[in-house]
Amino acid sequence: MHFTINGQAYDADLDIRTSLLDLCREHLGLTGSKKGCDHGQCGACTMLVNGRRINSCLTLAVMHQDDEIVTIEGLGTPENLHPMQDAFVRHDGYQCGYCTPGQICSAVGMLDEVKKGWPSHVSGDLTSAALSDEEISERMSGNICRCSAYPNIVDAISEVAGLTPAEREVAGA
Amino acid sequence: MLGLGDKHTNSLTMDQPVPSSLLDTGAQNIISKPLPRYEGAKKVSGTARYSAEFTAENMAYGVLVGVGHGSGTVTGVDADAIRGLPGVIDVVTDFKSFLRNAGQGGETKAPTQGVEEVAYFGQFVAIVLGETYEAARGAALQLPLTVEPAEGRFDFDALKGETDTPPPNNIPAHYTQGDLDRAMAEAPLTFDATYTTPSQNSAAMEPHASLAYWDEGKLTIYGSYQIPTKDAIALAKALGVSQKNVRIVAEYVGGGFGSKLGISPESAAAAIASRQLGRPIKCVMLRQQVFDGTVRRSNTEQRVRLAAEADGTLVGIGHETLCANLPDEDFFEPAGIGTHSLYKGEHRVITHDLVRVNLTLSGSMRAPGEAVGMLAIESAMDEFAEQLGIDPIELRRRNDPDKDPEKGVPFSSRQLTRCLEVGAERFGWSKRQPKATRRDGEWWVGLGVAAATRNNLLEKNAAKARLNAAGHLFVETAMTDIGTGSYTVLAQIAGEVMGLPFERITVKLGDSESPESSGSGGSWGACGSGSAVYLACEEIRNQLAKKLGVDPDAMTLKDGMAIAENRSTPIGDLAGEGIEATGEINPGKQKDAVTQASYGAHFAEVAVNAVTGEVRVRRMLGVFAAGRILNRQTARSQCLGGLTFGIGAALTEELIHDVRNGKAVNHDLAEYHVPVNADVPQLEIEFLEERDVHSNPLHAKGIGELGISGAGAAIANAVYNACGVRVRDFPLTLDKILPHLPADLPSA
Repeated sequence: MHFTINGQAYDADLDIRTSLLDLCREHLGLTGSKKGCDHGQCGACTMLVNGRRINSCLTLAVMHQDDEIVTIEGLGTPENLHPMQDAFVRHDGYQCGYCTPGQICSAVGMLDEVKKGWPSHVSGDLTSAALSDEEISERMSGNICRCSAYPNIVDAISEVAGLTPAEREVAGA
Repeated sequence: MLGLGDKHTNSLTMDQPVPSSLLDTGAQNIISKPLPRYEGAKKVSGTARYSAEFTAENMAYGVLVGVGHGSGTVTGVDADAIRGLPGVIDVVTDFKSFLRNAGQGGETKAPTQGVEEVAYFGQFVAIVLGETYEAARGAALQLPLTVEPAEGRFDFDALKGETDTPPPNNIPAHYTQGDLDRAMAEAPLTFDATYTTPSQNSAAMEPHASLAYWDEGKLTIYGSYQIPTKDAIALAKALGVSQKNVRIVAEYVGGGFGSKLGISPESAAAAIASRQLGRPIKCVMLRQQVFDGTVRRSNTEQRVRLAAEADGTLVGIGHETLCANLPDEDFFEPAGIGTHSLYKGEHRVITHDLVRVNLTLSGSMRAPGEAVGMLAIESAMDEFAEQLGIDPIELRRRNDPDKDPEKGVPFSSRQLTRCLEVGAERFGWSKRQPKATRRDGEWWVGLGVAAATRNNLLEKNAAKARLNAAGHLFVETAMTDIGTGSYTVLAQIAGEVMGLPFERITVKLGDSESPESSGSGGSWGACGSGSAVYLACEEIRNQLAKKLGVDPDAMTLKDGMAIAENRSTPIGDLAGEGIEATGEINPGKQKDAVTQASYGAHFAEVAVNAVTGEVRVRRMLGVFAAGRILNRQTARSQCLGGLTFGIGAALTEELIHDVRNGKAVNHDLAEYHVPVNADVPQLEIEFLEERDVHSNPLHAKGIGELGISGAGAAIANAVYNACGVRVRDFPLTLDKILPHLPADLPSA
């Protein structure tokens, strides 16, 4: 099978049951994406597929041969961090670090969803979603952090999104 | 002995206070600073490697198989039924050596072994090996097991009349002082209520994982463990090999919260399978297996009795608790540990009794004891304050003892009342209204408070530090960083003592072959391993002074330079071919001469939906005093995590066992509800300035578990203040609140 991950072409000889997550972790050496539950419950495996965030443990690799896949390794490197990665470091948006790649990929995907005007459960207006702390928390609730860096994660994301203190405090409905 | 490549040791036993610390006199000025994590760039870029992310040549995959009965005898493992499946290599069972139970925290003996007899639902009896993960997992799901079922003990409530008294762990199971019954009979004010807390799971994000391989009789495990030093010893005993032939590497650990203190069954299974197959084996638990077959926090039942004078001064305090464990496991949830020294009261009874059940091992989860014990005690104090008609902060102030109420010794440092006062001011406590009088739309709103305390422990720790000719310092200890910030604070301690910036320090952790460490657990990690690093660096510092021919106190180390007698010399030049020192800290008489604990105060504002009974936490504040704070940012993060565990304990977390067979029915992250981002508001943390000269040369105390201790009680108390509903059965799910909600606001 053929894959395009982080702009790079990969070939892999796979058991048909291999998930996209296990393809990366067990076959390609891309271990940045994490396996926390293997059931789409924790979000640690979040990747960007054609720009959208998905739980890579819940989808089979074979389904993604024509897709553009971006993992945490594709966002930035230790020497050249993506702005979201950098913000997570400065705001301590992690502790053990295991959910972190998923949080960061999810945050990048989430900001794009807001840009496209997608509303969330807490959006007061379904036609013009505006970001706030409450919106960020709601939209990031598919990514569990047991260490609970949540307040710091919200700080990091709101900074990358360029929210003012007043914008952060806007409540939904 | 003088010359190049010197090796030295510096050992300290805490038999007396250490009045001054190099961390106060250091010139580098990096201690306590909120520096970003040492390993931050690796974690955010996905390049920090956790145990399951290592690989080995010719590695095979192992998937554990658990039994679908809660009690009985395994009579058959039909390996032949799956051996022929594509990609399946073999099925390995070892009825004698497989771990039946995970190891307890801090243990160096082998955990309970032998899996033919089934002690609890999900107990692992086999490991299926495959060329791929898919082959192993697919076959594991199909492995036929036959079990001769037996009667089991699954229903705590039905069995709680049959108890036994376990041997002491870090506190005695039973403690009695004075005559509480008499105090209860004679005191003008008394309180007597029973609280319950459910089974809980640490639910660290990284599942338990071991990659095992043997090389000339020596086993290496890349394992997700909190205490490599002790875990390697326990594993060696379990496998019947010499201790020097087991190495555990845990460079990064994706959370532990107690669940990875001791070795868990996948380690021995992977090691045995690897030895049998002659290939490296990687075994990662499925999330459900983490719930089924590692460790849980026991459910508890806690009776709290309080007896007071008319002004609320306690004369008696009782905290009698029940918890559960397997028939051959003596760990008890030390729910009364904080109660021993939290409040006044001449007449005291604090007990722990065990109900024997066939349920997953009970062991340590974040703040064993205080985390659930303070749900009861701090709820009771709130109820008692209401009964007395005084402010709950005032009740605690009146009962803040000036010395340990049982041992009669002083506290090493204690700012409980100060934490309450500072928090009250900052949180706006004076605006708290009587219960069920504040409404915001369809929400009842209220404030709650609770005290925080967590026992401070020091364990033996060693560390090696080596300064090279380039002026770079290498620090090494078998300590782990499980998200706690160990890499960072150890680098800060070393940097402060050695006068080196962060980037000139390398910290190596998580290898059982490094100098021994108590590892991460019990909030002892930073102080123990940090003291060892401090002592190693102090010795190198002394050697540098010697080379300069000056007294160490007359020398300043900063930015890699040694400054003395108006001369400035690069320390690398002084190091020559290197100076190496081993630091070692040991607990001593200070342990008994003073009572050591960290303190704090939790404040919570909650909203309770008047229609549905749903509880939302609106804001929380934690004010803490834990000696020197080694890194304000990572310490704050630890407290954020603690408060959030408190939110979970108060509102959502409950591991439910089927009373017919003990199965943990909600054994995954969709059904066992840990708080998610939307459940956690912006939390505020404040640290009070403090130095504890009795604890260790860092003058710091443990902080990793302080944040959870009492946090859930503040929420429960806020729920009561919001809507007037007192729930004594945690967690406070809406079904327990809804039937008791007031109809509406009382008319003015």
